[in-house]
Amino acid sequence: MRTLSRRSFAVVAAAALVTAGLAGCNAAEDPDAVAAPAARLTVKDPWVKAAGSGMTAAFGTLVNDTGKDVTVLKAATSVSPMELHEMAMDNGKMVMRPKTDGFLVKAGGTHELSPGGDHLMLMKPTAPIKPGDELTFTLTLDDGSTVDFSAVAKPFAGAQESYAPMAGM
Amino acid sequence: MSVRRRHLLAGGALAGAGAAAGALAFRGDEPAALAAVDTGTAIVPFHGVRQAGVATDPPAHASFVAFTLPAGTDRRQLGRLMRLLSDDAARLTQGAPALGDTDAALALLPARLTITFGFGPGLYEAAGVPSPVKALPSFAIDRLEARWSGGDLLIQICADDALTVAHAQRMLVKDARPFGAVRWVQTGFRRSPGVQPTGFTQRNVLGQLDGTANPTGDALDAAVWAPDGSTTLVVRRIRAEIEKWDLLSVADKENAVGRRMDTGAPFSGAKEHDEPDFAALDANGLPVMPDYAHVTRAHVTDPALKILRRPYNYDGAPNAVGHPDSGLVFASYQRSIERQYVPIQQRLAERDLLNEWITPIGSAVFAVPPGCAPDGWIGAEVLG
Repeated sequence: MRTLSRRSFAVVAAAALVTAGLAGCNAAEDPDAVAAPAARLTVKDPWVKAAGSGMTAAFGTLVNDTGKDVTVLKAATSVSPMELHEMAMDNGKMVMRPKTDGFLVKAGGTHELSPGGDHLMLMKPTAPIKPGDELTFTLTLDDGSTVDFSAVAKPFAGAQESYAPMAGM
Repeated sequence: MSVRRRHLLAGGALAGAGAAAGALAFRGDEPAALAAVDTGTAIVPFHGVRQAGVATDPPAHASFVAFTLPAGTDRRQLGRLMRLLSDDAARLTQGAPALGDTDAALALLPARLTITFGFGPGLYEAAGVPSPVKALPSFAIDRLEARWSGGDLLIQICADDALTVAHAQRMLVKDARPFGAVRWVQTGFRRSPGVQPTGFTQRNVLGQLDGTANPTGDALDAAVWAPDGSTTLVVRRIRAEIEKWDLLSVADKENAVGRRMDTGAPFSGAKEHDEPDFAALDANGLPVMPDYAHVTRAHVTDPALKILRRPYNYDGAPNAVGHPDSGLVFASYQRSIERQYVPIQQRLAERDLLNEWITPIGSAVFAVPPGCAPDGWIGAEVLG
């Protein structure tokens, strides 16, 4: 699981590199790259798993272009209470659980949120999240500042994980 | 060139002109794949006033995927659908994985991938706006089957690599299926890159050169594009009656078309691109270009009334007695189906000798909306 997750991260990062190199496609043209020059963090390629009912999750790549480490402490959206989650082994089984110390994004580094890995959990959406819907999120960082981003809802059936709410408590 | 890239790769140097190709190879599974790097990494821009995949030189592989929208589909749903699909297309065509791509490595060699969207009459009806296209009139030669006909939304996926097409199709269908049902899929192929120099006319499964009369340059622009960057697409599945065709001599095959099988030259000329002379008479006073020949029937004088043929061959499994299931996924782009495609097809249906050996078994029409800017999506003018 760990290996898989790292591999897909490498692929995504490399793809971004190639796109920039070949197509001359700059970040300003990327509709999903949230332009926030003053922000300590940006969220690249964000998306949400569409869900007719029940819990779902948001993914993307946290990008820290600054010279200082950043920790994401909290995520919020108007349509659901949220938690930061990680995947971990519990009794020989991969489960997800709250990550209470937040997501650390190293200076100049990135941190991937992906199905099967760390993610932003929408605990109880108040309405169905339909494919193609745009949702707005706010991340709270360790210095109290916030980062807003919007993410598109995608139909997605992968990464059927089990939830162990008590595992990390 | 490939030696230089190999050196770059070996040295791990990713700077300079070879950087892009080097970066790709660096990530690739095996350095031995370097010989094919140029084909695999080639990119066709997605964004623009006009959609890609129309005037683009046709890549080797294509899949035409048509969807049926369920009753009750509305404009807002269609907007969500096209935002999702446009985003997928913008990424995949540039060699980047779709969002949530479960096999991202399959997205990294676009091989001139183009993804082109067409809207059928049913989509406009669902959106509550008048449709710019309507189903073709029926032609006497038609033997249309429902399983190859109609469609509310079309995605034309083309690339120089079949695996790239398959992956793009998988991602696009995954995002489209909450909104509609797959109605039909038609896959096809042309010559692979490197087999012939670019610009050569393709051969179809009947061995004929196919597309000689296609407009190019300014003539193509006039024949295909409306000022807003839109066009229209006709997709016809044309079965080749190969068992019957095989009974013919080469001379008989040439008579059906009005061109030489080997060179593609019209009977009135010596080379493929010689303009056919329909006034020329032979020693017996008969037209050199027979009236019943395909080229004669299909000929259009006014460049603005030409169509852009962009067909792909298909070749399914032969049946138990060994008869081929082969033919053409005929695709043509033109500004107006009524003014350009229909008159040509009517002339062919009336008296084209080639009709003896080909049978239309599928038919669909689509409006092809303009392209979009990086912050836009295909269909926004209609659905936004």
